[in-house]
Amino acid sequence: MTTITADHHGDHAHEHHDADHKPAFFQRWFMSTNHKDIGTLYLIFAIIAGIIGGGISGLMRAELAQPGIQYLQTWAQFSDGPTATLDQAYHLWNVLITAHGLIMVFFMVMPAMIGGFGNWFVPIMIGAPDMAFPRMNNISFWLLIPAFTLLLGSTFVPGGTGNGAGTGWTVYAPLSTSGSAGPAVDMAILSLHIAGASSILGAINFITTILNMRAPGMTLHKMPLFVWSVLVTAFLLLLALPVLAAAITMLLTDRNFGTTFYDAAGGGDPELYQHLFWFFGHPEVYIMILPGFGIISQIVSTFSRKPVFGYLGMAYAMVAIGVVGFVVWAHHMFTTGMSVNVKMYFTAATMVIAVPTGIKIFSWIATIWGGSISYKTPMVWALGFIFLFTVGGVTGVVLANGGVDDVLHDTYYVVAHFHYVLSLGAVFGLFAGFYYWFPKMSGRMYNEFLGHLHFWVFFVGVNMLFFPMHFLGLSGMPRRYPDYPEAFAYWNKVASHGYEIMAAGMLIFFVNLVWSLVAGKKAEANPWGEGATTLEWTLSSPPPFHQFETLPVID
Amino acid sequence: MRKVKSLVLAGLLAFAPALLLNGPALAQENAAVAAPAAGNESAAADSAANATAPAAQAAPAEKVAAPPRMRPTPGIGMPMPGEITLQKQFSPTGHTARWLHDVLLLPLITIISIFVLVLMLYVMVRFRRSANPTPSKTSHNTVIEVIWTVVPVVILLIIAVPSIGLLADQYKPAPKDALTVKVTGYQWYWGYEYPDNAIPEYVSNLLPRDKAEANGEPYLLAPDNRMVLPVGRPIKLIITGADVIHSFAVPSLWVKMDAVPGRLNEKTFTIEKPGVYYGQCSELCGARHGFMPIAIEALPPAQFDQWVMSQGGKPKGAGAATTAQAAAPSAAPSAKL
Repeated sequence: MTTITADHHGDHAHEHHDADHKPAFFQRWFMSTNHKDIGTLYLIFAIIAGIIGGGISGLMRAELAQPGIQYLQTWAQFSDGPTATLDQAYHLWNVLITAHGLIMVFFMVMPAMIGGFGNWFVPIMIGAPDMAFPRMNNISFWLLIPAFTLLLGSTFVPGGTGNGAGTGWTVYAPLSTSGSAGPAVDMAILSLHIAGASSILGAINFITTILNMRAPGMTLHKMPLFVWSVLVTAFLLLLALPVLAAAITMLLTDRNFGTTFYDAAGGGDPELYQHLFWFFGHPEVYIMILPGFGIISQIVSTFSRKPVFGYLGMAYAMVAIGVVGFVVWAHHMFTTGMSVNVKMYFTAATMVIAVPTGIKIFSWIATIWGGSISYKTPMVWALGFIFLFTVGGVTGVVLANGGVDDVLHDTYYVVAHFHYVLSLGAVFGLFAGFYYWFPKMSGRMYNEFLGHLHFWVFFVGVNMLFFPMHFLGLSGMPRRYPDYPEAFAYWNKVASHGYEIMAAGMLIFFVNLVWSLVAGKKAEANPWGEGATTLEWTLSSPPPFHQFETLPVID
Repeated sequence: MRKVKSLVLAGLLAFAPALLLNGPALAQENAAVAAPAAGNESAAADSAANATAPAAQAAPAEKVAAPPRMRPTPGIGMPMPGEITLQKQFSPTGHTARWLHDVLLLPLITIISIFVLVLMLYVMVRFRRSANPTPSKTSHNTVIEVIWTVVPVVILLIIAVPSIGLLADQYKPAPKDALTVKVTGYQWYWGYEYPDNAIPEYVSNLLPRDKAEANGEPYLLAPDNRMVLPVGRPIKLIITGADVIHSFAVPSLWVKMDAVPGRLNEKTFTIEKPGVYYGQCSELCGARHGFMPIAIEALPPAQFDQWVMSQGGKPKGAGAATTAQAAAPSAAPSAKL
């Protein structure tokens, strides 16, 4: 990527006067059309959802810390009343795993990555004053509120054995149709519909903005890699989410109107649902990780003071991952009884994804190679990301083998794999981006010591939490179990202690966040020095309410 | 101890139309498989009437004692405390697959991870600001970019060859003499039926903690009634679900196959040694998903026949079975069902 320099024509004093005319509080935050304000709203929303989703995983790790049912029956009395049965306690477990998955995917990672950082920095990085459709941007965000409310509310209405939707985030039929009487699953499905509509609107907005609103001279091949990553992600969203919408609409009609799309007794097939779900679900995992790739590319380049190595290869590797990501979905269904040819195809196609992913990993290292690294907090998180994503990636190559997956499928090995790529991949990308852009967004510097401390405590915690899950999976522990045989006790105990350390790391994060917002040093326009070459660092910190009233010209 | 429950006729009959309806659409089934599986109800219903018909060699003594319940061996067919590897394997596919994982995949991913880690540690130390104050401006190197694209492709090809071979192995159709057992997943227990031996479906429930501990069996892995299978003879499981999707899994035999309502999935394998092999339901199926364990008790052929007779069933080709792993077991006269 070539270094981008911006020419600001125009009178600064005049620009300041116009640009900082902010609307009143209610108009500014509830009827917002400003991409930066909407980005901030998304980030606040994602943090709240993350606290809830992360809190739920704390409940799960507490229950799993030792064999036997410790707390579930007590908790079930809150959701199912004082007469809660043991079965309702087990059902509560399924509600917890479902909520954790849906919240983290739809209400934490996606809003933070795409809604938060995407909204904040895509327009700035391409030299645009705002998103293409500011009002649509507003509704994209506000749709998330009813979606999240529906999902949380579903916990308190009947969903089969007990209250809440206990179907897993995959909502497989027939467990989600004939297996879950009551409105809870309907509410969860509606929640997904609304969250999906929100994401589709967001995707349309990003594609239009990136394709039409680039500043003069900002060709596609000069765009920062973060913008590339959001562009690819937006296309994935646009193509994948309608399929999910169709799949869960058919679930709704199967549940409520007597259709039999997923019921063999009426000529349907439960596996049709799985095919449709994973046709969305596999691109979805790239939707969550691609913006992280973009963030890491920006950070690695900034703190090594070097342009990204192999810029075009990096951009088209993401495009390749996006394309191939659409034709590998059935590796999530290796044990459903597919024919041998189908299984061979999906084995081979899945392994192909390792190639562009490898290009990305090695290009990041090559970017650092020869650089002049300063170990600021965002860089430390980015380096953590690269290694941990590699670990999560290689276990993906193991799982890609249909014959090997016969024993690993639906075990903790899979849980370990996708938490390494998401909880340690996407989430490390989120923290890296948060520390990287925090001075720009808030106008204040975070505390460097607390940032490093947060990294190390979190790093130790998540590895202790998720690495033993590989062992549990190899020795055969199935997923989604509230209780387990004595033999699995040891590594479960270790994992639960890992959670405690991780939670301590999160506490440090929130201390840092509050301290920095209140008492952090004022940030300059570019706190990162000559390595930071993208357009957001040419603006003040925080940027004016409206930026680029005169478009920058890119050489 | 062993309680055999009679066929849950009501449940199966309710389910039969779904099976029949979907007969032509079965994933991997040929008609020969589908027919006996779908026709089980009538075969089982007739079995009481035909019970007196003597088979060639096996005199159907009214009361044959079942072989004593086999005690599990720690470390065989079950996970071990603190274990970090795959369970010990007891089927030929299990050995091939475990070889692929332990000899090829695990070392490969370990080497790749360590390689990336070493590279990273090197650049982190070598190119820190104090050691390298002026960054280079290199941003392209075609040779190295080609290398890191081609080398992974070669590595993947190396993995793909045995991996595809393993898949082909796992899908080898069962030979004619294979023992067919029909497995049905229910919320939340398993049903096993032996159409070859005219043993009607009996169910297998979680063994409560006190009984499991009294028996010296692992709680949550041990069911009350086990699936009993012969050693050395190919087994063909026909797996289906009655209500929601379950998954029949036995890690030490490298077996995992979803039990999907309206489908008959087939899984073929051979057990090499007598023993008790445990597994657990592996697809979320509702509240008691974690509480419907699986156990396979593998017996030498003679004892298996004894077990079949103790259940009121007919040993198929008893002559072949008593000569254990005879070269051509299919030569034995087959008892008519």
